[in-house]
Amino acid sequence: MAWVNAIIQGVLTGGLYALFACGLSLMFGVMKVVNLAHGDLAVIGGYIAVFVITAIHVPVLWSFVIVVPVMALIGYGLQRTLIQGALERGVLTTLIVTLGLSLVIENALLQFFTANSRGIGAGMTLVTGSFTIGSIQLAYLLVTIFVVAVVVLLGLQYFLSRSKYGRLIRATADDREAVQLAGADYRHVFGIAAALAIGTVALGGIAYGMYSVLDPTAGTDTILLFAFAAVVIGGLGSLWGTLLGGVVLGVAQQIGAQINISDEVLAGFIVFLAVLVLRPQGLTSRRTQS
Amino acid sequence: MSLVAEPATRPAADFRVTRSRRSVAWTGAGALVVVVLLALFPYIVYSGTTTILVQAFIVLTLASMWNLLAGYAGLVSVGQQAFVGLGAYFVLILALHGASPFTALPIAAIACGVAAVPLWWLVSRLRSGYFAIATWVLAATIMLFIERFSSIGGGTGLPLPGLSGLGPTLLAAYTYWAALAVTVVALLAVYLLLRSRLGLVLTAIRDDEVAARSSGARVGLARMLVFVVAGIGCGAAGAILAISQLQVQPSAVFDVQWTAEMAFATIIGGLGTIEGPIIGTAVYMLLQQTLASYNAWYLIILGLVAIVVALFARRGLWGLVDSRLSFRLFPVGYWLRNPVGPAGLAAPLTPADGGN
Repeated sequence: MAWVNAIIQGVLTGGLYALFACGLSLMFGVMKVVNLAHGDLAVIGGYIAVFVITAIHVPVLWSFVIVVPVMALIGYGLQRTLIQGALERGVLTTLIVTLGLSLVIENALLQFFTANSRGIGAGMTLVTGSFTIGSIQLAYLLVTIFVVAVVVLLGLQYFLSRSKYGRLIRATADDREAVQLAGADYRHVFGIAAALAIGTVALGGIAYGMYSVLDPTAGTDTILLFAFAAVVIGGLGSLWGTLLGGVVLGVAQQIGAQINISDEVLAGFIVFLAVLVLRPQGLTSRRTQS
Repeated sequence: MSLVAEPATRPAADFRVTRSRRSVAWTGAGALVVVVLLALFPYIVYSGTTTILVQAFIVLTLASMWNLLAGYAGLVSVGQQAFVGLGAYFVLILALHGASPFTALPIAAIACGVAAVPLWWLVSRLRSGYFAIATWVLAATIMLFIERFSSIGGGTGLPLPGLSGLGPTLLAAYTYWAALAVTVVALLAVYLLLRSRLGLVLTAIRDDEVAARSSGARVGLARMLVFVVAGIGCGAAGAILAISQLQVQPSAVFDVQWTAEMAFATIIGGLGTIEGPIIGTAVYMLLQQTLASYNAWYLIILGLVAIVVALFARRGLWGLVDSRLSFRLFPVGYWLRNPVGPAGLAAPLTPADGGN
């Protein structure tokens, strides 16, 4: 029964990882940018949530109403300035600029907010409580995060397939020049895609702050690497693939933790490497590389 | 790997293709003087200075390796800390079995080169950004794996044994010389590598990968060799790190900050030139030493400078010098000389030595 429990917990954690991963996947799919500051932006989102909860007494659950738009704006701004500038100079420059951004964010958080970790909503029933079905204990929080992840993915799916901007984003991902010839400004479209990506990962940052604790290094040590593992395991360019990847990663970690509590993270990465070895053809095709 | 076709019409006979210009003899002699002077440092300066220089040598070795990876082979690795950590741990393991850490250093470096082969096989399927994060995940995996073994310190690490017999002055001097030797060998290796046939292939890849591939260059093999060489170099730097810190701690030696430092030193100095990492290391050490008392500030400023340089001065600080003076300390390209031409005018024959 412990194993069934581990698998169910793993599936639910997969929702959190999908929240981390879908923005990374979206930005790569649309503008071929691997944003190495992705996780650090999630941590900023979490810190803003901590701020609005403690300073202006926004209810914990409604903090996202402020955080997500703010982070989406930051995402749009970053894309139109730094990342767009880097894109015009080549792939290497986007990596350097986002790595630099990651270093700056992480150390700025360390400098101004110390290395102390912060949790969100500690003590709330939603965060600490759980219910049981049979002998399986389910945490309210993990179930909520999973539901939120599915809702976010459904929303993104709907937005990309039905709305005017969604169609523009897909068109730009397919053929940037054609979109420009048709009179759309691809840089604005890129900005919107980045806003979506950073907005969703900010939600992931808040969720992570409730699930665990946030500290300046969480962005790279945990969020970015898990997001990337989920994207690669699930397959590139598919929104539901990131959920699948997140679930596989989560299950692998929980099974690893069952075997030996300190092997949780290692087990996830080993599954990631196994996918790299066994299904490389599904990971990146040569056409998308150049 | 032959890729240079004979030109249809040969240039006039009084043109001469050369790679060693007159200045090379002078830079060669100059480099020798600098190395000899640096080697004498333990006799002239305080050990505080040599300790700082050991740090600079570590960063310079790492930056030269990263430059080889990103500047020539087009491999942006964010996981080079894997080799820094492995180098440190190989020294620790050998020292625990009774070897002197200084004897263990070259063995650890070679072992890192050997370890680079299977690791390359894992990550070589990915390109650009995905290669970058895959190497990062790989480094994290290696760290987690090493932390499982309590005999080599588990998650907390161990002090490095085998050096207690040396007095502090002698130890500092030996560490300094070892670091200097590693750096000189690394720079020399990069220089000779780039002048070799492999260097020609790498330069071709740097300038245009598709063209290089279609000319028959074995891009995959060249990249693997570079990854292995960079593994050896970063491993040697990690070994020096272990010796200079006198302890090996997993979260310190496998810190992604090593890669950030080597990448940013290279970018600031100038990617794709041998001189770039040297300038970049100097800038890095200057920032670190002046801002050391302000904790994280030097990393914030380092990141900002790297962003600005990457966006607005793509060829780095050395590129600014180079574009005005057309001057090289380490010439790896070919030059066309016309002895009877106006004032012995020399012009680069191939883009082999220029920018991207």
